[in-house]
Amino acid sequence: MGLIIFGILAVVAVAGAMGMVFARNAVYSALCLVVTFLCIALLYLSLSADFLAVVQVIVYAGAIMVLFLFVITLLNPSRAETPDRLRGQGWVAGILALVLLAEIGAAVASGLLRALPSPTPPAVSWSINNAQVVGAALYSQFLFPFEVVSLLLLVAIIGATVLAKRRL
Amino acid sequence: MLAPLSDYLILSALLFTIGIFGFLYRKNPLIMFMSIELMLNAANLTFVAFGRYLGQVSGQVMVFFILTIAAAEVVVGLAIIVAIFRARASIDVDEIHLLRD
Repeated sequence: MGLIIFGILAVVAVAGAMGMVFARNAVYSALCLVVTFLCIALLYLSLSADFLAVVQVIVYAGAIMVLFLFVITLLNPSRAETPDRLRGQGWVAGILALVLLAEIGAAVASGLLRALPSPTPPAVSWSINNAQVVGAALYSQFLFPFEVVSLLLLVAIIGATVLAKRRL
Repeated sequence: MLAPLSDYLILSALLFTIGIFGFLYRKNPLIMFMSIELMLNAANLTFVAFGRYLGQVSGQVMVFFILTIAAAEVVVGLAIIVAIFRARASIDVDEIHLLRD
């Protein structure tokens, strides 16, 4: 049962990603990517990361993609793409991507990962109090990175404001 | 009933590869940015899968940090794209070679 659900989600996620890359219209690309993000959120659910699944939908499928759609409609880049400046860019890109896929596949298939344990049954609190467990780890063990990330967000806000102003 | 770890890793590798292909293949910077988002999501999926299989919650915490950094990156990147569009009325990455000329 779990395998069937995983298979369906995986196929839809990969199809959405392919649609994102090959769609002519940037708006269609964004919508295909939303499908992929939703599938990944459901995969998080299957991995008993409930809170993360909700955050994925709100932040990625919600906030970030709305930002993308906003910029797409603002700029309206409807012109066809110019012919390649680099000859055969598509072929080179495809070959490089296939080489990378073969490398990762070899790493996954090698004995290194085969020794990995079968899934440890999560503590009961994992799936019931997922937000509580994650929050406890975030505010105790990972407190310093948390503060650093808040500083990063502040810098991003200031940077975006400065870049978006017409005149400084 | 949980799919084996290698399935999650292979799916993640596929998504990452599609992301890298899109980044190299397309010349619309918006779609290149979406490809980067796809690659970050593939990495996130790996983190969550490993965290689940090793019984560690820190995998999920890492995803939070990646998510925050992705949001910051998108905000700054889109602001740069809008600024370039204002200055040149075109956002094709092949036409942005001011530093070379």
